[in-house]
Amino acid sequence: MARLTINGKTHDVNVDPDTPLLWVIREQVGLTGTKYGCGVAQCGACTVHLDGEPIRSCSLPVSAVGPDQKITTIEGLSPDGSHPLQKAWVALDVPQCGYCQTGQLMTAAALLARTPKPTDEQIAEAMINICRCGTYNRIKAGIKQAAGIAG
Amino acid sequence: MTVAIDTSRRRFLAGSAAAAGGLTLGFHIPFGAGREAAAQGATPEVNAWVVVKPDDSVVVRVARIDMGQGTVTGLVQLVAEELECDWAKVGYEYPTPGQNLARNRVWGNFQTAGSQGIRQSQEYVRKGGAAARMMLVQAAAQQWNVPASECTAAKGVITHAASGRSTTYGKVADAAARLEAPKDVPLKDPKSWTIAGKSMQRLDTADKVDGRKVFGIDLKMPGMLNAAIRACPVLLGGKLKSFDAASVAGKAGVRKVVAVGDGAVAVVAETWWQAKTALDALKIEWDLGPNAKASSDDTAAMLRAGLDAREAFEGNKAGDADAAIAAAAKRIEAVYSVPHQHHVTMEPMNATARWSAALDRVEVWCPTQNGESALATAAAASGLPPAQCEVYRIDLGGGFGRRATSHDYVRQAVILAKEFPGTPIKLVWSREEDMLHGWYHPVTMCKLTGGLDAQGNLTALKMRISGQSILATVNPNGLQNGRDPVVFQGLNPSGAEGRFGYSIPNLMIDHAMRNPPVPAGFWRGVNNNQNAIYLECFMDELAHAAGQDPLEFRRKMLGNSPKHLGVLNAVAERAGWGKPAPAGVFRGLAQHMGYGSYVAACAEVSITQRGGVKVHRIVAATDCGHVVNPQQVAAQIEGSFVYGLSAALMQEITIKDGKVEQENFDSYPCMLLEDMPVVESILMPSGDFWGGVGEPTIFVAAPAVLNAIFAATGKRIRDLPLSKHDLRKA
Repeated sequence: MARLTINGKTHDVNVDPDTPLLWVIREQVGLTGTKYGCGVAQCGACTVHLDGEPIRSCSLPVSAVGPDQKITTIEGLSPDGSHPLQKAWVALDVPQCGYCQTGQLMTAAALLARTPKPTDEQIAEAMINICRCGTYNRIKAGIKQAAGIAG
Repeated sequence: MTVAIDTSRRRFLAGSAAAAGGLTLGFHIPFGAGREAAAQGATPEVNAWVVVKPDDSVVVRVARIDMGQGTVTGLVQLVAEELECDWAKVGYEYPTPGQNLARNRVWGNFQTAGSQGIRQSQEYVRKGGAAARMMLVQAAAQQWNVPASECTAAKGVITHAASGRSTTYGKVADAAARLEAPKDVPLKDPKSWTIAGKSMQRLDTADKVDGRKVFGIDLKMPGMLNAAIRACPVLLGGKLKSFDAASVAGKAGVRKVVAVGDGAVAVVAETWWQAKTALDALKIEWDLGPNAKASSDDTAAMLRAGLDAREAFEGNKAGDADAAIAAAAKRIEAVYSVPHQHHVTMEPMNATARWSAALDRVEVWCPTQNGESALATAAAASGLPPAQCEVYRIDLGGGFGRRATSHDYVRQAVILAKEFPGTPIKLVWSREEDMLHGWYHPVTMCKLTGGLDAQGNLTALKMRISGQSILATVNPNGLQNGRDPVVFQGLNPSGAEGRFGYSIPNLMIDHAMRNPPVPAGFWRGVNNNQNAIYLECFMDELAHAAGQDPLEFRRKMLGNSPKHLGVLNAVAERAGWGKPAPAGVFRGLAQHMGYGSYVAACAEVSITQRGGVKVHRIVAATDCGHVVNPQQVAAQIEGSFVYGLSAALMQEITIKDGKVEQENFDSYPCMLLEDMPVVESILMPSGDFWGGVGEPTIFVAAPAVLNAIFAATGKRIRDLPLSKHDLRKA
């Protein structure tokens, strides 16, 4: 049994303690916005925030997460899609297929929380999630728009 | 599935169940089997393409599908343009392959591949929109007892100016649905378009930024079980010998271990993670079969032998290339090679199937680029006639050709579902399974030989392609007396699909087919990719051998190909070809024609201290005849560069002991944001044809970059990927 705090709500889940947080979020808690892409912390599709830090939930056993640690998934990034990044993503039509975009947004949101006006280098350093559709230039433009940086 | 509209946020929800937190078995099928829904009092369709609801909202039916490439928005734009409806009130829905079958293929081809989603359905979908408009206007005119010719329609409002009356589409849709379809359906001149041709925002973005978008891997259904699968690691010919179900019996959640066909085994459990971990623990014995020792080295040796083989299939021939090369003042030869590559869709292969024993019926929910092909696979796997099968299409988390022709994951899900009558089974491949069981970009080599006369004119060119045929794997019936015509994409002597642009008096392009024991598949850009690398890099070699500027050298041979020349000139001009580049930056050019479009690129690169390449900027021109959504075409151009350059710069699938060696992103890297160049897109549609846009620009990215690398280093990279080479000066 594990107790998790996800998007401000407490969830008690009955799983093997080795189960990666990703699969608990997807299968026990039922929030499927967080994606499986590789299972080995390479692609970033599974990115969520743990106490505000972006982590790759596919490679973190649920037993490593304490009941008081705050997990934020894409569903909890904003109550109504109003996070500046979400608004910029819509305005610029950033996503193509969209599969990696929830992870991209969570990574970008952690970046802006830490660095409200990131430089191009800081964006490149933080944004190491894979997008096979190739939306990188619009991701960059979206981050800048959300940060109020003239593109 | 149906799509409801929330115009306040321009959200298009896939089924009412999606709003409640996940698609369920209550998948709302919008119009039952064919026209039954109309009889049951649901909103009637005006025609197969258009439904107008009483609140004036419009639902456009889309036969193709979206995997990110924006085709759905583009097709809806084309219908809406002719329909003269209010763009703010437009949504869309996907008819099912089963409905298409039941209605005599009223929606035509479902295939979304070959950059054909728009270009090969634009005429009939526009006519669908125009016919619906004519019927709506006719219905209003009849109610008013006036000639339809006196009525006009705009933004979903029909007006009879003479009497000052107006009504809306929603009010006359019922009456329109009962009218005969018009026979003569004229279309607008694209010059007068107001919705099509414009950079409309995509219709499917909002769900992708907050986690509500439901991909196949996200499906939830009551009572559903999850499956993980492993096929014999040897790609072809391996079989499942035995497995020890007892070794995982009693593991949490495990319901059953199932042999899937003769080459795979799956664990079905309550959750996917339980299924996956049990599968990892399962003791399996394989009969590795005749290819257990196959290797990429064997393949390379086989392909090298093909470079000089006597027998080959002819692709394009003019004059006498051998004689002209023998008589040439200067003879240039080079051998290039492009390895196997993997699609790596971000969403791994998956399908959910439910077998209803009582009804003898199979239903499948899956990401697919071709629902009709998925339906055929479901029918074959179940042994049921197609009419007793149904496929519900779900937007793909990447397609790139992987989900176009090969529905192995659907076959497996149906076999598993048969073991659990009435229970939906969701099969999800692990990334490792996905990497190990792809339909790989074919492996080829190419020997090019050119003859220059004393003035540096190219008098002869030979291009011997040796390597794999995609059709030999996926559709042997498509071979023509053993010849695979698809091999010659972009090199053909004529045709609207992909014509060789250069005029060379003596030419021989042929193919020695050599098929290694690795399944080949269609991979974004397909054979155009390596054909453009081979031809355009060698053109650069020839230009340098002739002591000529690579642009001028090409221009001389493109006099009979004004559209090829047009895009080449456009990128040269925009990039500043012939003018100094920034310090340390070098340029390279390429042009090609494929999927009906003309493309060219000029790349600017520099060499890093570590001996790698930094691509700074790519100027890309596309003449695709008509542009339906400029900002989405630009997105496709940028995306195609990421896909093509990832392959050329860093990706290679190798085979050892019959098995793929790369099992995840750690050994199969992809370009990241930091690798991304500035992309300047030039859209120059010349108007008298319809070309594709999802793939074409991919062709020119790699050769332009490779030619720029030569300009920077003097090194010819002929053996891809680039990551095998150190570009530092020796």
